[in-house]
Amino acid sequence: MSDRPIRVLIAKPGLDGHDRGAKVVARALRDSGMEVIYTGIRQTPEMIAEAALQEDVDVVGLSILSGAHMDLFPRIVDLLKQKGIDDVVLVAGGIIPDEDMPAIKQMGFAGAFGPGTSTQDLAKFIRDEVARKRGATA
Amino acid sequence: MNAESIEQLRAGNPRAVARAISAVERGGAPARDVIAAIFRYTGRAHVIGVTGAPGTGKSTLVNEIAKEYRRRGKRVGIVAVDPTSPFSGGAILGDRLRMQDLSGDSGVFIRSMATRGNLGGIAAATSDAVQVLDTAGYEIVLVETVGAGQNEVDIAKNTHTTIVVDAPGMGDDIQAIKAGILEIADLLIVNKADHDEVSATVAALEMNLNLKPKAENDWRPPVLKTIALQGDGVADVVDWIGKHRQYLVDHHQLEVRERARFRAELEMVVQNELMARLLRGVNESKVDSLVEKIATREMDVYQAAETLIGKEN
Repeated sequence: MSDRPIRVLIAKPGLDGHDRGAKVVARALRDSGMEVIYTGIRQTPEMIAEAALQEDVDVVGLSILSGAHMDLFPRIVDLLKQKGIDDVVLVAGGIIPDEDMPAIKQMGFAGAFGPGTSTQDLAKFIRDEVARKRGATA
Repeated sequence: MNAESIEQLRAGNPRAVARAISAVERGGAPARDVIAAIFRYTGRAHVIGVTGAPGTGKSTLVNEIAKEYRRRGKRVGIVAVDPTSPFSGGAILGDRLRMQDLSGDSGVFIRSMATRGNLGGIAAATSDAVQVLDTAGYEIVLVETVGAGQNEVDIAKNTHTTIVVDAPGMGDDIQAIKAGILEIADLLIVNKADHDEVSATVAALEMNLNLKPKAENDWRPPVLKTIALQGDGVADVVDWIGKHRQYLVDHHQLEVRERARFRAELEMVVQNELMARLLRGVNESKVDSLVEKIATREMDVYQAAETLIGKEN
């Protein structure tokens, strides 16, 4: 069943309203053959976890530029776990300072992509990560 | 499906619902497995199709209708269908964006689906997803599609109550009398009723309905005005859905519609299955060489098709 389209949730937690990056990513992933559920700005951790659950996604992509990632990301990761979602690929985007990277990885994120990332590289990264997860659960 | 996952699904466990919808969306054996396990539990939900041109406010309206049903104590399932790009196979599913008021309410389940472009597949997958939500105890299931292609229109049509959403300024009265999605409407809604020209749009739709030949006991679709962004007129829409359901019950139309839907589904499944069986034996290079022969006028398409699947006896 590996040929079913990869389903990705793209959400912006927190209060910043800068969604150009998230929209560019959503469009690029669509163009590489993925189904992208786009939920937009100002999403609470609860909204994101609920959407990931109902939509049964393979990937959750979180874009944040406000600097609140160290507060919001752990909350989202916890809620996903509470809902029994332990097999999604977590990807961060936006402004994540290098010094936070070890903690982000520790939380279970597969990667973080800031400004200047090639969308092809991102799509390839996601495809590889999902293939690995699907291979592990098959 | 094992007994435990069926139990979880019937109890409305959201993870079980989500997984079951993924399975029916995949089609083939996983879909058949789920439907075989749940089909006997279906047939309780009232299924409402919502369709209309892009930008008329369907998703916002679905959001408001769902909120109104929640106020009336009903559990609501939503299937929102958006098109798959024929070029990349990908899709942007953006309907949740307009349904954020519904989050955090365990009485609502929203699922976005892409059309995925497989022949007839989306109609089957949508119908199966509705059955999953029905099994999980959602009493009202709203199916939202863009009224652009025949497939989408078919999906909206194969429900108990079909709502067609229009908005002022979408076209003149000639658009209204063209054959198409207006004919399948049980309720016509003119959304964005705070915009100019709303009365012209309502008048065009009313005139179109008045010109329709009448049969005895016919349901006459009401033309309702809403401002979905503010929730205006939505309680009226829900009342009218109730009236339409009562009409279906009183005139034994629920049974008639259900049988028509099952007949259409049966034909569709047979068609898809036959197509899949025929194409299984066909290899791509043979198709390529036939296309080449057609392009050089050596063969026409009918002759090429015959070489692929044989002559009709």
